Amino acid sequence: MADRKLQIALYWCAACGGCDVSVLDTDEFILEVDKVADIRLWPIAADGKYADIEAMADGELDAAFINGAIRNSENEHVAKLLRRKSKVLVAYGSCASFGGIPGLANLTTRDEILRRVYRENPSLEPGNTTVPLPETTVDGMQLTLPSFYRRVYRLDQVVDVDYSIPGCPPQPDRCRESVLALVAALTGQADPPPKGSVLGVYERALCDDCPREKTEKKVKRFYRPWEIVPDPNVCLMEQGVFCAGFATRSGCGVRCPTSGIPCRGCYGPAPGVVDQGAKLVSAVASMVDSQDPEEIEAILATLPDFTSFANRYSVPSSPLQRSHRR
Amino acid sequence: MSYEPTIVGFLCNWCSYSGADLAGTSRIQYPPNIRIIRVMCSARVDPTFVLKALRDGADGVLVCGCHPGDCHYSEGNYKTMRRFPLLKKLLADYGIEDERVRLEWVSASEGQRFADIVSDMTEKLRALGPSPVKADLAHDAVER
Repeated sequence: MADRKLQIALYWCAACGGCDVSVLDTDEFILEVDKVADIRLWPIAADGKYADIEAMADGELDAAFINGAIRNSENEHVAKLLRRKSKVLVAYGSCASFGGIPGLANLTTRDEILRRVYRENPSLEPGNTTVPLPETTVDGMQLTLPSFYRRVYRLDQVVDVDYSIPGCPPQPDRCRESVLALVAALTGQADPPPKGSVLGVYERALCDDCPREKTEKKVKRFYRPWEIVPDPNVCLMEQGVFCAGFATRSGCGVRCPTSGIPCRGCYGPAPGVVDQGAKLVSAVASMVDSQDPEEIEAILATLPDFTSFANRYSVPSSPLQRSHRR
Repeated sequence: MSYEPTIVGFLCNWCSYSGADLAGTSRIQYPPNIRIIRVMCSARVDPTFVLKALRDGADGVLVCGCHPGDCHYSEGNYKTMRRFPLLKKLLADYGIEDERVRLEWVSASEGQRFADIVSDMTEKLRALGPSPVKADLAHDAVER
């Protein structure tokens, strides 16, 4: 072990907090981390101010783990700040790695989001006209808010990222392994993984690890999970439940399919897959049991909002990521 | 410079590529806007190829296969037929206009039909303007 403690930071951008909870989910392991490392910033669990980070020398932090997507100017500012202060920057979780759930916002526009949330939302006070602005003056005082970007970005579209640990959230076992591997690398006990490595995952698709029995897939209609009680031993797709396992990387321990819930694709594209959505188009189409165009349309109509399911975590990573409607 | 649409065409080896060949040997005139890639079957066209073609600068993508019932591999074209409605949904959600990606059945004897499809698609894409993906790629910075 090194003479001095490692200096690390954990930060959340556009995130739900689940990634931070997954770190706490490692239970007493977090105390092992505390033995070898000082946590200098971790908004959900520890004190630490941006000013403290700004006062550090460049590269003073050994590693920073950032979860969440880049949604506003504060996210971008802190991501760039931590990049400058850290030797190693890790994208932690699916939002930082692929854009994640916040990335679904790229299927619409900033103006539509602001209108829907602040003007049309049924829970608003009638007649509300207040919309958040980056700058506003109240009683002669200038107030500021982070500005809301036109698009959602994954972390490596904004700063240089060394490693990513995907998952929504990363499973505690994988988190432990990844952190131990990084600690060994940072303390010189092991060679660091090659830059750009995806940590805490397997080099195969989820289906390879799924214990459900797989035979021929022929489907006359699709079911939403609440419309059917699936057979616990048969592939969910064969039962007409849309499952993203085909196109998704294994690493989660197949937690959803073994619990009767279809894979949502949170571990990101399987090795060799460019876009989960495009691969799932192929997977679903090959299962549809019809050669009649009208019947095909009718069967596919039982799959509502296909894009949001097929690219649930990866809209900002699509090859078409930039062609959102303006 | 005036805008000329670029179309990437994926043509199946057995029917549509021969159809395009027939258009050529018959000296049928059609716009030079299409860049043809021969594939063994229309079902070989992974939807990823369509996305990549659009990202890499195509204004439109044309996929041609054997007529239903005529597939050299029995049912490859039915797989393509089933993929397209889903692929179109995906593309529409990313703001790609319907006319940019097209599936047509062209047999080896339909040289004229192939030329008509390429002419029609070129005109429609010319009217539609350049692909929005290209404009977005030019916009490389973070959009604040």
